This record gives sequence, C-alpha cells and structure tokens, in this order.
Amino acid sequence: MVERSTLFSRVLPHAILLLGVFIVAFPVYLAIIASTHTAADIINGRFGLLPGGQAIENYSRILFKGTSGTTREPVLNMMLNSFAMATFIATGKILISILSAFAVVYFRFPFRRTIFWLIFITLMLPVEVRIYPTFKIVADLGLLDTYAGLTVPLIASATGTLLFRQFFMTVPDELLEASKIDGAGPMKFFWDTLLPLSLTTCAALFVIQFIYGWNQYLWPLLITTKDSMQTIVIGIKKMIVTQDALTEWQLAMATAVLAMLPPVAVVVIMQRLFVKGLVETEK
Amino acid sequence: MASVTLEHVKKIYPGGVEAVKGIDLTIPNGSFTVLLGPSGCGKSTLLRMIAGLERISEGTCKIGDRIVNEIEPAERDIAMVFQNYALYPHMSVYDNMAYGLRNRGTPKDEIERRVREAATMLAITEYLDRKPRALSGGQRQRVAMGRAIVREPQVFLFDEPLSNLDAKLRISMRLEIRRLHNRLKATSIFVTHDQIEAMTLADQVVVMNSGRIEQVGRPTDVYRYPASKFVATFIGTPPMNLLPGRIISNDTVEIAGGKLPFDATRFAAEKGKDVEVGLRAEEIMYVPPAAASSGGLAFDPEFVEELGPNRLFHGTTGGIPIVVSLAASATSEPKKGAQLLAEQEAVHLFDPATGKSLRKSAR
Repeated sequence: MVERSTLFSRVLPHAILLLGVFIVAFPVYLAIIASTHTAADIINGRFGLLPGGQAIENYSRILFKGTSGTTREPVLNMMLNSFAMATFIATGKILISILSAFAVVYFRFPFRRTIFWLIFITLMLPVEVRIYPTFKIVADLGLLDTYAGLTVPLIASATGTLLFRQFFMTVPDELLEASKIDGAGPMKFFWDTLLPLSLTTCAALFVIQFIYGWNQYLWPLLITTKDSMQTIVIGIKKMIVTQDALTEWQLAMATAVLAMLPPVAVVVIMQRLFVKGLVETEK
Repeated sequence: MASVTLEHVKKIYPGGVEAVKGIDLTIPNGSFTVLLGPSGCGKSTLLRMIAGLERISEGTCKIGDRIVNEIEPAERDIAMVFQNYALYPHMSVYDNMAYGLRNRGTPKDEIERRVREAATMLAITEYLDRKPRALSGGQRQRVAMGRAIVREPQVFLFDEPLSNLDAKLRISMRLEIRRLHNRLKATSIFVTHDQIEAMTLADQVVVMNSGRIEQVGRPTDVYRYPASKFVATFIGTPPMNLLPGRIISNDTVEIAGGKLPFDATRFAAEKGKDVEVGLRAEEIMYVPPAAASSGGLAFDPEFVEELGPNRLFHGTTGGIPIVVSLAASATSEPKKGAQLLAEQEAVHLFDPATGKSLRKSAR
C-alpha cells in the first residue's frame, strides 16, 4: 500500500476512477438524454446534454405501440418475452444443475466419473458451436417460436453443475453422516441441509444466468420468427438497422434504457446474496 | 442401554487395504470404553462401523442382542458426536438438537421437553435461539453432545470430540463428559489418540495398533501391566525405556549397562533367553556416584529436561539411550558414574521377536 499521503497520491486515484466512471457512464447518460428528445432534434444534431420534453411521449409510445417502421411490436411485450426467457433459463439451470451436482457428488453409481466428465466436456460446446444440430432438433420437435424452444437448449449447460459440485465438495462429510444418524434420507438431507446452505450460491447463479439469458441474441434470432415472440435485444437491433426509413433514434434509445432496467434490478436486489455466495467460506 | 459385541469384525477397503483386521471385543452395558491408538490404527473406522457409517466387511456387530450389520445408522439407536461438531450451520441450536427427533416423528411437546432438559444439563439454554456460528468451540461441542443426549440412545459414540478444542477447554470438557456419563450411565464408546483422555475417562481402555487390539483393560492395568512393547511405549510420558537384555539366572536379567532383578513369579523366561527389558522413567531410582553401590545400571548423562513437576535425565546405559524421571525437588545433577536401580516389580520383560509381554498370566 502507498503509505505517503501527498496531494498527488490523494488526487490521482480519484482522477483515474472518475475518468473510468465517465467513460462507462457517459454513453448511458447520452442514451437517456436522447430518449427524451424528438426524432428531428436527434437527426439534426440539435440536442445537447440536457433532457428534452418528449420523455413521457417516447416511452409510452415505445412501451405500448412500438416503432412505426421495422418492428411494430410494443416493447412491453418484448420485455415480457425477454423476462420470461431469462427467468426460465436461470431457474431451469439452477434446478437441473443443483440436482445433477447432488447426484454426482453424493451418490455412488456406475460410470459416475464418466458422466461427470461428459457434463464437463459440454463446457467446450457452447450454443454457438452446436447451433446447427441444436436448431435441427428444436425444429423437428416443433418448438420454433415457443418459449420451450427459446429456453430449453440454453438451460442445458455445465457451468451451474460445476459451481454446485465445487460447493458441495466443501460441505463437510460429517454433515451428511450426522443427517444419516438423525434419520434423514438422501432427499431429506438435500432439502433440509444442502439446499439451505446453497441458497447464496443459487442467488449468485441466478444473477449470472438471468443476465446471460437476457442478453441472448443469436439463439432467439434463429428460433423466433413471429414478432410476438421477439426478445428486446433483437428488437433494438431491428430498430437500428433500417434501409429505407429514418432510424427513430429516440425510440431505439428508450428501448435500450428499458432493456437495461431488469438486469440492473436483479443485480441490485440480489447483490448482497450474490457477493456472499461468491466469497462466503463459513459452512 | 445396551452392550456392544464385536465378533471378528474386519474392514477391507476396495483395493485390499485392511484397516481393521479382525476384532473381538465386548463393551459392557453402561461402561465407558475408550478406543486408544495412534492415527491410522483403525479406531475411527471401528467406531464408524458400529455407527453404521462404514460397511462391515466381515464379522458381526451386535448392539444389545440385535445384529446391526445391515441396519441403517438411524435405526441402530445410537448417537454420535463428531470431531468437528457437524452442526447444521443454518439451523438454530434448538433445531439442531430437535432435528433427529422430528425425523423420527417424536411429538412436539416431547421434543421440547427433551431439548430443554438437555440444554439445562449442558448449560446452553440461553443459546437455544442462536446459530452455531455465533458460538465458541466449547459451546458448539456442548450442542453436539446435546444433540446426542436428546435422542436417548442405547450407545453414545464419540469420535475424537475434544481434539478441536484448546488445551484448557479440553480438560474441562473431559471432566464434563465424565460427569455426564456418571449421570446418564449410558454405554459410551470414545475414540481418541490422547492417552490422558483415555486414562481419565475410561472404565475400559482398548489399545489398538495397525488394525488390531493390543490390550483391553482398566486404565491402571494398561499402564501397570502392558501386554506388549507397543502398549508400554504408547502409554506413559515419557514412553517406557526399552533395553535389550539376556536372562542370566532365574531372577536376574543382564543389560549392557549392568544387571537388574526381576520378579520370577510373574515373568516366564528361561535362562539364556534374549529379552527386551522395559523400565518406566518414573520408576527408576537415580543414585548419585557418591552413594553408588554395586549392582544396577551405570548411567552416562547427556542432558536434563525440566518439565516443572518433574525433571527428565536423558543419558545412556551401556550405550543404549535411557530416560530417568526425578521429582522436581531432587537437587542432584546428572553425573557420570551414577547408578540406576529398579525394584523388581518395575522391571517388565518382553519377547523381542513378537513384542508380547512375557508375563505369566493376564495380570
């Protein structure tokens, strides 16, 4: 640590921090400002750094009606789609991975090691790599344009299983043995002991997976064709790319701001648990 | 309450490692039995087999009249206290103690009564609402014992419960366990590697070494009449001196440093036999050179260890290391030419090949 406290050493760290915050925050600020002006102001470059008077009009229009051009789907609907997708992915992943980690860590069955390594290997095969076969399967099952098609392929992945496995390995064996002596069967041990101890890990995984699900672009782009199934990330993209009409920047910016809110809310709400889940050592 | 009977119990791990090599042992009803031995001697494995946490590879284990080999731990009517307490971290002290009873479907008011009673006995009533992490090591250990007590089991199993506590707490908890046993009179099996714990707690000490029982007896018996070299050196501080010798007449043994008498009525050893002579440091008499007479062993001093209540003179006799313990009040300094004497009762003889005591009968 720096022991000497000079004016320079006190000011410089703050200056660097402020610069960093500015670089990160300014575009966000600009997006918020832009979402409160009229289209004409933005196109003509007439909007400054102060909010305009169109906020309520822009937001209510985009939320309930959508843009006039490329996507006529109301953003509220897109947000619901995205929210459902992110929530399904996060909860589904937690459910599947906590159970599979429980099986891998606490049960002795044939080929346990093999199965664990098979799960592990899927880490090397993210959706993007296996996208063709996955799409084929989902299409053959008739799951295009459904929530199931949107979420199930993304639920299957090894990250959560690994995280829970590592956590379970740190739970002392004596807890299991004490449960056995206390007359708790395997599932009772899971419910009464393992699950309560894993709550913070679940919260951490939920945050990570919710944001992962919310930010999905490639998969929803392939799997959804109907406007009503669009997610907000795709919606933004469609608003910006227009060949023969003006981009309604004020609406695109409003959508971007709206798209930011749910992940921010999830992080803020779960932050305490999340940090605890990643750093907690006491078992 | 019930007795525990082990008949030729073996534990063979996959891969062929034999951790417990055929144990026959009876733990009488209501007794406090301590399994004592160095780490890796199989004492914990044996305890875990009685608990049902390890499968018994061969032999039978009976609790009372019931063979429990294939019975689940929860059904064996036992309770176990673990070394690291193994409290459920997310449950309050009360819930920790009540959990096992709830799983068995004990009525609520009965649970309440038993938990309160155990908590009073252990002086943890004021912590009942706390989580284990808000408790100190000693308090956690009490809760762990409370969890065992409320089950009112046939047999209590303790797996080195004191080794995570600091020295001072260990002594007070030791007394408390003894007091508790006097009060509950429940059959208890206690595993430890600490000979003092074993000596102070046990009605019956079982000394184990590499998967086998070396000796079973009262604490004073294993100290005074060790059945083998292993028991002789494992129990007692400092360990018993072992010196190679040879029987030269029917009541005298010759050692490199001199001659000592032994009790021919208790030891069977014919003339000319090579033996190992065991002498407890605290039973050797140190005679300064000025007062030395004939007989005994010649002592070559090396250094002194001051322990407080006693002083240990380290040295050699006839080139073989030997330790002599003197009272703190002994003013003499170790000098060359001093003489070591021992009463014939203090001389133990062991067979150098098998390590067994040459004592005629069990006592």
